[in-house]
Amino acid sequence: MAFLTNFYAFLFYFAALVLVTGLVFKIVRYVRTPAPLKIPTTPAPVTGRGVVLRMAREVVLFESLFRANKWTWIFGWMFHFGLLLVTLRHLRYFIEPVWFPIGLVQPFGIYGGMAMVVGLGGLWSRRFLVDRVRYITSPSDHLILALLVLIGTTGLLMKFALHTDIVEIKSFFQGLYTYNLQPLPPDPMLLLHLLLVATLLIVFPYSKLLHAPGIFFSPTRNQIDNPREVRHITPWAK
Amino acid sequence: MAKATFVVPDLTQYTEVPAVTPGAMAHSSPFVSKPEFQEPLGFPGELVDDWQAKAIDKMGELLGKYRSLRVYMDACVKCGACTDKCHYFLGTGDPKNMPVGRQDLMRKVYRRYFTLSGKLFPKLVGAEDFTKEVLDDWYSYFHQCSQCRRCSVFCPYGIDTAEISMAAREIMDSIGVGQKYCNEIIAKVYRVGNNLGLPGPALKDTLEGLEEDVYDDTGVRVRYPIDQEGADILLVTPSADFFAEPHVDGLIGYGKVFHEAGVSWTVSSHASEAANFGMFIGSYDNMKRVSQRIREAAIKLKVKRIVFGECGHAWRVAYSFLNTLAGPWDFLDPRYPVPQHICEFTYELIQQGKLTFDKSANDDKVLTFHDSCNVARASRMGDMPGGQFEIPRALIRASCNHFYDMDEDTIRDRTFCCGGGGGLLTDDLMELRVKGAKPRVDALNNVIQEKGVTHMAAICAICKTQFSKVLPYYGLEMDQVISLHQLVGDAIVLTPGSDDEADDEDDDD
Repeated sequence: MAFLTNFYAFLFYFAALVLVTGLVFKIVRYVRTPAPLKIPTTPAPVTGRGVVLRMAREVVLFESLFRANKWTWIFGWMFHFGLLLVTLRHLRYFIEPVWFPIGLVQPFGIYGGMAMVVGLGGLWSRRFLVDRVRYITSPSDHLILALLVLIGTTGLLMKFALHTDIVEIKSFFQGLYTYNLQPLPPDPMLLLHLLLVATLLIVFPYSKLLHAPGIFFSPTRNQIDNPREVRHITPWAK
Repeated sequence: MAKATFVVPDLTQYTEVPAVTPGAMAHSSPFVSKPEFQEPLGFPGELVDDWQAKAIDKMGELLGKYRSLRVYMDACVKCGACTDKCHYFLGTGDPKNMPVGRQDLMRKVYRRYFTLSGKLFPKLVGAEDFTKEVLDDWYSYFHQCSQCRRCSVFCPYGIDTAEISMAAREIMDSIGVGQKYCNEIIAKVYRVGNNLGLPGPALKDTLEGLEEDVYDDTGVRVRYPIDQEGADILLVTPSADFFAEPHVDGLIGYGKVFHEAGVSWTVSSHASEAANFGMFIGSYDNMKRVSQRIREAAIKLKVKRIVFGECGHAWRVAYSFLNTLAGPWDFLDPRYPVPQHICEFTYELIQQGKLTFDKSANDDKVLTFHDSCNVARASRMGDMPGGQFEIPRALIRASCNHFYDMDEDTIRDRTFCCGGGGGLLTDDLMELRVKGAKPRVDALNNVIQEKGVTHMAAICAICKTQFSKVLPYYGLEMDQVISLHQLVGDAIVLTPGSDDEADDEDDDD
């Protein structure tokens, strides 16, 4: 058992390191790469406040996707909102004491888990049913979907069928903060779930999951439409 | 009249999304530039020896220079939102004309040379070596993008294929693979001053001819000055306006508006072109060099304001980039934005009640309006977001009694490109131009059938040229596309007299 605990402890330290350094590296690159010209997709907000609102609508409601394709929007939004609820629900394993709002969100996290899997199913089916989407799909797109679906279903299975000892899980993760390793319950379903989650964290900075930080740096969405009023100059393009 | 060597698509009431047909447009590619057109722009004359290494270096350089490219290479999740948005895909069914399909031509090379996953597991993530076949695909399909930005409206991350096709064209230029049409034209701008290669004396002749025509038509002396030092306004307009129908009717209209405004204005033989093809080829240096002519002309002619004529991509460069490329404009009158669009200028006069219209002059026409892609999605007019949609429509309503919009899904920021933008307005791409125009012509045909529309007004030289050429393939008439300022000019009630006195020192009576 010690081996399992040690392996998973190492795995999560490694995954966290890869995730954080990978993302920081990418984000620093995005920040440092200049946008030499004003290219917001117009009509665009003419104030900074307007840009914040535009970005918020994009991130929270997937506004552009809604205009583009209702099916992709409904499945995509279902998946992402479900994932958010699931993540919030899972925070209770990582914080002590558990914040009040996280307590409130607990039951919704379960619905979130279901919504997540259904949404993923819808998105995945488009990769087979719509010829255009089939054409642009590469093996990695299927693999990421498989990974997320498996994470969702193993999680739900533990909730509804193959229970595990969540108190022990919490003490395992709490122990990681202080390098005080606590035993992990040796349930196969849990170990699979955690392995898949660690894999997700590791591939995040090296895959299309970069769309999450990427959107905040998208010049067509984050620029203010004021080129005539303010001269936009970047160092290399003087 | 129009004879096609390809099958012209049938018009449909609504543009249907075609089935994916791989390779449907693989044969389409424009003439390759010759050394004599490459060198004036600072590019190698022909494909260089170690082109692959050089191209990858260039890609690395651009990834460091353009945040758009850097982020867009990473961010795509292949959701498919853009797949049915490009007019070239809708007209051809070729999956490499889906925006994501086009982007992936570059993304697969990016992944191979610039990402860990692509270096380790190329097959898994769709990464590919930059082979000659890939380069040929680039040349073909990055010249099937009109940089209209319709895909960027619908992408959840705002990925703009225009940014990617511009970068691709710059990479190709840097290894000596240029497109003849664009590069020949830019060289012409450097040599002569405008895209059509019209020298100063020819412009002068044309403008004098216009003055006589307008006088014969209206009995009023409307001036069309060139190189007039000390004029208030420098008009920068696409050279097509000096040259051919229906463009020239727009220029006549601008002159009438200036006449009624009582301002002095001039065009410049040095900056006798609004369009900036430097953008099409993604070359910042060339775009800047082309823009500088406008600054030079404004200084030399001591003008106080700069106004742009009807031109789509030109207005994008003017509105969005000119301040960056050729500013600051602190020597001009600070009360006016720099530059202004002729539609903004005319609209302001209407707001101030300075123009009188006889709308019945346009009663022989029923109008619709084509939002030019780069005006719609890459610029603005007036103070409010969306002014680029409202102001041109306000001008049409002020000068015409009969106006109907096309289907909502095909106008404003969802407008379809004419099919000839972005450096594709060349006869060697005729099949692409005709097929790419289908979504727009479908919507136009719809309002023709349902509302009795007779004419479509446009505010872009490329749109006007493209439709004049392409409409006949679909059984419509070439003269159904007209300049917006033709409508304004035809309906405007001219005030006679005053300016005969004002300008009597001029030479041409």
